[in-house]
Amino acid sequence: MRCRKCSHKAVLAIPRHNTAFCQSCLTDFVFRQIERAIHEEKMFTKTDRVLVAVSGGKDSLTLLDVLHRLGYATAALYVNLGIGEYSRASKSKVEQFTEPRGITLHVHEVQENEGAGINELSALIRRPTCSTCGTIKRYHFNRTAVEHDYTILATGHNLDDEAARLLGNVLHWQTDYLEKQGPSLPDSVEGFAKKVKPLYRLSEREIAAYAIVNRLDYIVEECPNSKGAKMLLYKETLNRLENESPGTKQMFYWGFLAKQKLESANRPSMAESDQAILRPCSKCSQPTTSGICGYCRMMARAQTV
Amino acid sequence: MKILFNHPVREVNIPGPKRVQDLLKELDLIPESVLVIRGDDLVTEDDTLRDEDCVEIRPVISGGAGEKASSRPEPGWAGEMGIIHALS
Repeated sequence: MRCRKCSHKAVLAIPRHNTAFCQSCLTDFVFRQIERAIHEEKMFTKTDRVLVAVSGGKDSLTLLDVLHRLGYATAALYVNLGIGEYSRASKSKVEQFTEPRGITLHVHEVQENEGAGINELSALIRRPTCSTCGTIKRYHFNRTAVEHDYTILATGHNLDDEAARLLGNVLHWQTDYLEKQGPSLPDSVEGFAKKVKPLYRLSEREIAAYAIVNRLDYIVEECPNSKGAKMLLYKETLNRLENESPGTKQMFYWGFLAKQKLESANRPSMAESDQAILRPCSKCSQPTTSGICGYCRMMARAQTV
Repeated sequence: MKILFNHPVREVNIPGPKRVQDLLKELDLIPESVLVIRGDDLVTEDDTLRDEDCVEIRPVISGGAGEKASSRPEPGWAGEMGIIHALS
């Protein structure tokens, strides 16, 4: 198979775009898709300070690599969840990536700050591990961004993540969550950083291919807590559809975004809705819809059991 | 040829030569979910793998429970931060 742009040997076929790219043209393609996402969704500019949440995996390291190479002012945040060897290995990957590139790395240690690793905390409060993990990560992503004056918080969510999440929300008609499924969420109130997902135009396979051809040393092992997770089933199901009918994932998610934009003209903006319901948490001052935020309630519960 | 897998890590031998797309079909793998690496290089579905090749089949799917897409809604625990700024 030859590259459709330059006729060198292709390293990746992309059926959804009816094309194939060599190593160099694949890198160009990934750069273009990320720049297009940033511009079309008005995510940020080169004057913004961007904090990238990194896990050591292919998506977040690719995002950090591309933004850094494009000249954006980037720093990284790693939340160490204390999941034994998996966390040790992933933290090491992040450090090995950021150090030689001179990228500032912030680390939040869950074991030290919350008093226990994520598995122990989940057992204490009797919540599913992934749910506890999500609450802690979201909380510290935002808090670190705000406390260190980053205007933007960027995460490595890709097309597959967003399509799978949309499928899950639609299957269970969790319509409250649909409005927040865009790739760019505003800094509606004081205490909130703007949240963006610049990889939403790229599939996991395209991102993994970029990481491999650009020799990014990412953690291939999957989080041990994700075994059997519903998201993996949704992703596999979507990939089966994609295989039979290329373009299915982008039609599903991008189509949803297009409808969302059309309908937004008749609704209050997300920022207006947020401003109407958010107030500072009485314990930590982070924005919340109730008196005490979900993170503080969770930690209070952990301390009483 | 020697085939290396992740999740769990294991190794199998399959006689070559064989085209990548035929190998994936034989192993019942979805091409959209994996990449095939020979040495340090990616190979495409129409490439032919030789009997003496050593290749890694690397999964590209990752992710845990994700952001508020669970099969069980969590009354009282939906978490304002989750609803307002779902990130994970």
